[in-house]
Amino acid sequence: MKTIQKIGLVIFVFGLTLFSLLPFFGTYQLEKGTVEANVKEIHTGKMVEVLSPMFGKTYSSNFAFISDFKSYFNTYNDGLKANQEWDKVIWDNYAFALTKASSTGPVAENPFLFLGITVLIGVFGALLYILPLYRGQTEGIKNDGIFFSSMKSRGLLGMITGAWLILFYIVLYWFPEYITNLVLMVDPISMAVSGNPASQWFLYGFIYTLAIIVMGIRMFRKYRGNAYQTIRTTSVMFSQLAFAFLLPEILVLMNMPWHDFKNIWPLDYTFFYEYRVEGMVSSGALGMFMLVWGIILIVIGVPLFTYFYGKRWYCSWVCGCGGLAETLGDPYRQLSDKSVKAWKIERYLVHGVLVFAILMTGFTIANYFSGFELLGQATDQLHSIYGFAIGSAFAGVIGTGFYPLMGNRVWCRFGCPLAAYLGIVQRFKSRFRITTNGGQCISCGNCSTYCEMGIDVRWYAQRGQNIVRSSCVGCGVCSAVCPRGVLKLENGDEDGRINEMPIIIGNKSITVKA
Amino acid sequence: MSKANRNIVIIGNGISGVTCARHIRKKDESAHITIISGETDHFFSRTALMYIYMGHMKYEHTKPYEDWFWKKNRINLKRAWVEKIDFEEKSLIFSNGESMAYDVLVLATGSKPNKFGWPGQDLKGVQGMYSFQDLELMQANTQNISRAVIVGGGLIGIEMAEMLNSRKIPVTFLVRENNFWDNILPLEESKMINRHILEHHIDLRLGTELGEIIGDESGMVKAITTKSGETIACQFVGLTVGVSPNIEFLYAQPSKGSKPLEGFLKEKVLQTNKGIVVDRFFKTNIPDVYAIGDCAEFQEAPASDRKNIEQVWYTGRMHGETLAYNLTSDNPVPYQPGVWFNSAKFFDIEYQTYGFVPANWSEEYESLYWEDAGGKIAIRFLYGKSDMKIKGVNAFRWRLRHDYFDKAISEGWMFEKVLTHLNIASFNPEFFKSHYKAVLDHYNKQKGKSLKVHKESFFKKLIGSRA
Repeated sequence: MKTIQKIGLVIFVFGLTLFSLLPFFGTYQLEKGTVEANVKEIHTGKMVEVLSPMFGKTYSSNFAFISDFKSYFNTYNDGLKANQEWDKVIWDNYAFALTKASSTGPVAENPFLFLGITVLIGVFGALLYILPLYRGQTEGIKNDGIFFSSMKSRGLLGMITGAWLILFYIVLYWFPEYITNLVLMVDPISMAVSGNPASQWFLYGFIYTLAIIVMGIRMFRKYRGNAYQTIRTTSVMFSQLAFAFLLPEILVLMNMPWHDFKNIWPLDYTFFYEYRVEGMVSSGALGMFMLVWGIILIVIGVPLFTYFYGKRWYCSWVCGCGGLAETLGDPYRQLSDKSVKAWKIERYLVHGVLVFAILMTGFTIANYFSGFELLGQATDQLHSIYGFAIGSAFAGVIGTGFYPLMGNRVWCRFGCPLAAYLGIVQRFKSRFRITTNGGQCISCGNCSTYCEMGIDVRWYAQRGQNIVRSSCVGCGVCSAVCPRGVLKLENGDEDGRINEMPIIIGNKSITVKA
Repeated sequence: MSKANRNIVIIGNGISGVTCARHIRKKDESAHITIISGETDHFFSRTALMYIYMGHMKYEHTKPYEDWFWKKNRINLKRAWVEKIDFEEKSLIFSNGESMAYDVLVLATGSKPNKFGWPGQDLKGVQGMYSFQDLELMQANTQNISRAVIVGGGLIGIEMAEMLNSRKIPVTFLVRENNFWDNILPLEESKMINRHILEHHIDLRLGTELGEIIGDESGMVKAITTKSGETIACQFVGLTVGVSPNIEFLYAQPSKGSKPLEGFLKEKVLQTNKGIVVDRFFKTNIPDVYAIGDCAEFQEAPASDRKNIEQVWYTGRMHGETLAYNLTSDNPVPYQPGVWFNSAKFFDIEYQTYGFVPANWSEEYESLYWEDAGGKIAIRFLYGKSDMKIKGVNAFRWRLRHDYFDKAISEGWMFEKVLTHLNIASFNPEFFKSHYKAVLDHYNKQKGKSLKVHKESFFKKLIGSRA
């Protein structure tokens, strides 16, 4: 490793460490005015009364602040619940908003400085490490030493990285009030882009996009000379930056609902939720376009594009989850489980989630048109279960947190309902396949090892069979790592696409296959 | 012999033996099938050993079938070294003294690295590269060393260079020939690979032969000398001067201690030459004993452009497939390989070949060679001078469709037809720069012709259709 890369790594680790420690800095002070400014009008009176013991008191840590806040707030609510005064209970969660507004530490005063010495310096360090990668080396496969690497083969570094990611997601989803310092750093950026202060989701989107861009640059280095990988990576970087990060915020600036035009139901599982539909319907022509475009993608876009190009058009070219997996997750692609057992579990799980998503959305739509109370309660229940179990725990905590443990496509493979839908089309009505080149396979196993979706590509390649699998996202890496030129991602005639009884070319002794 | 419930024993769990076992099982439900190997418990891809050393894969990734596969298909795996075969009693004797009976015996024992009697060839740190044990030895032998020398410019030699290079071990590569692998590759191709080897900072010594290997007092290699008298200090020597059939254990086969060798009936002595001598049905001179893969030597070469001993992954697979067919069919077929094909990878340059492209060719052939300006992509066609039919192709960093060339060569297509359809014959990934026009221009210029590429419509390109 070159010196400059070592310096880059040190800088990156410095930035990351500071980022991880930042939530523990600063002081917190709640004032009456803060509560009035951050609480719904109907709750203002009660909240001021409930939280008044905290006013004027300086807390030296967010833990102490949040602890006091929760104790006063919960005492109030618990009392009401005990008396069954359900209508008076405050169901809104103000912990994040009030903690953020009460922060008086250095981060609140100097957000740019802290953004600079955590995230931006981390990006700088990462680029110092990435840009010289493979410099002076010839174009070709760069997999040397992967299984000797602690980071890339479930060693200690991989475990630590996984644990950090899992923790980050748990805090992000369920305890965002503890990372208000981090959110404060990106407040000015959020104000500039959307005109609103940042939420934890803005912070997440910001870091997510940076991760895709920085690690996308790493892809350019690693797969130099492979046009398919380069173009595909450019596509996911652009999709994330433009459609998932910038455009939705600009829409908000224009008083439009936050909307990601490339996100498709059922991955975008809230698409048919009442607040989303209302938001779109009440936002004029552009809002109507969002609704119609979203539905067109579901009923025409997915089947049509998947018929011509396979699900890769979305999963490894456009999708945000796929984008992160293909960039940040690329160093871990070899960790996916290739066993038949894993494949079996995958089929149950991913289609199970699809069925769940369809049922939940069915209830949602029925409820939207009926207004039947019992149905409304059931819908709310389903929403909260789906949001917790699938939207947060599966897609986030497991989906990304497990990159260094189970490979970079855990969510896409086992959980994504849209991937399941695309997969069904790909398996049964598509021109896409991975063609096997006659008898050239030497069963080496590079293709299977580096398949992020856990497809045992070799099993097909060595028997001369085309690979037609619902889960294949068409990343093209099996073809890239094949040392003998056996695999090619292709769109072609449906005739002969699935060859169940392949004949391996080269042996004229046996002309009829048993 | 009745075919029901036969006890078929295969020695060797490489591609030949395993392919044979799998295909027997496909057609014969009742046979007892046993595969014996001393090398590993399970079948692995021998060609992938290099990737374990380089950290691209672990051993488990090189196993083409999951471990439950064998039980499910009722293929017994036996981990043992066979020491003797009693052809008379139809029984195998293992190195631990146990024995096993067979009705049908298939010898698929593979190869072993050649050693040509160099002084010092048995020193510590000197080895070949063929088996799993060789890999383990190499892992041990190359810890903390400052230079390695590889002797022999063939496929295993260049793979070994790549292996060592991946661990940043400086390599001196002795090649006896004047250019890398120039007994197989035509000159231009050889020279291109020479350049590529140098580009990887390998100390390539062409036209250089090994003199002797010198050890220190502890029996470790410390240097080699070349025939021209140069001494090169090194702590590892890779001997990669080809392989020969692994048949040593078959020599001198007294089945029962009391019986002297000459007491055997003549047909009870397995006939060997360099390998185990077989006919086109893989039959040896002993009934119910067959040999396939690297260890088999055909009495007559299977085709005019083929050798008597075929030591390639693909041929091993075809041997196994054909013998399995014969063992399970009433109408045995002779081994009849189709159009020759092979592939390799020289560091970053993939190589594929189809048909007949020798290092040198006679007057009756003509060749077209095109090389990219960068000097890493190349294609060569060999065609008949008078009949203009395509005979073979070599491609470097240019993947070609096997089925296309198998057909083109076996059906004797006109070379110019192939040349104008190269876009369809290419197997390169999408979006890769295509070179078929450059090749055609090159040919047109040479011959003063104006052939045009067979065009595909824009719509066909857009949806990726192909003929």
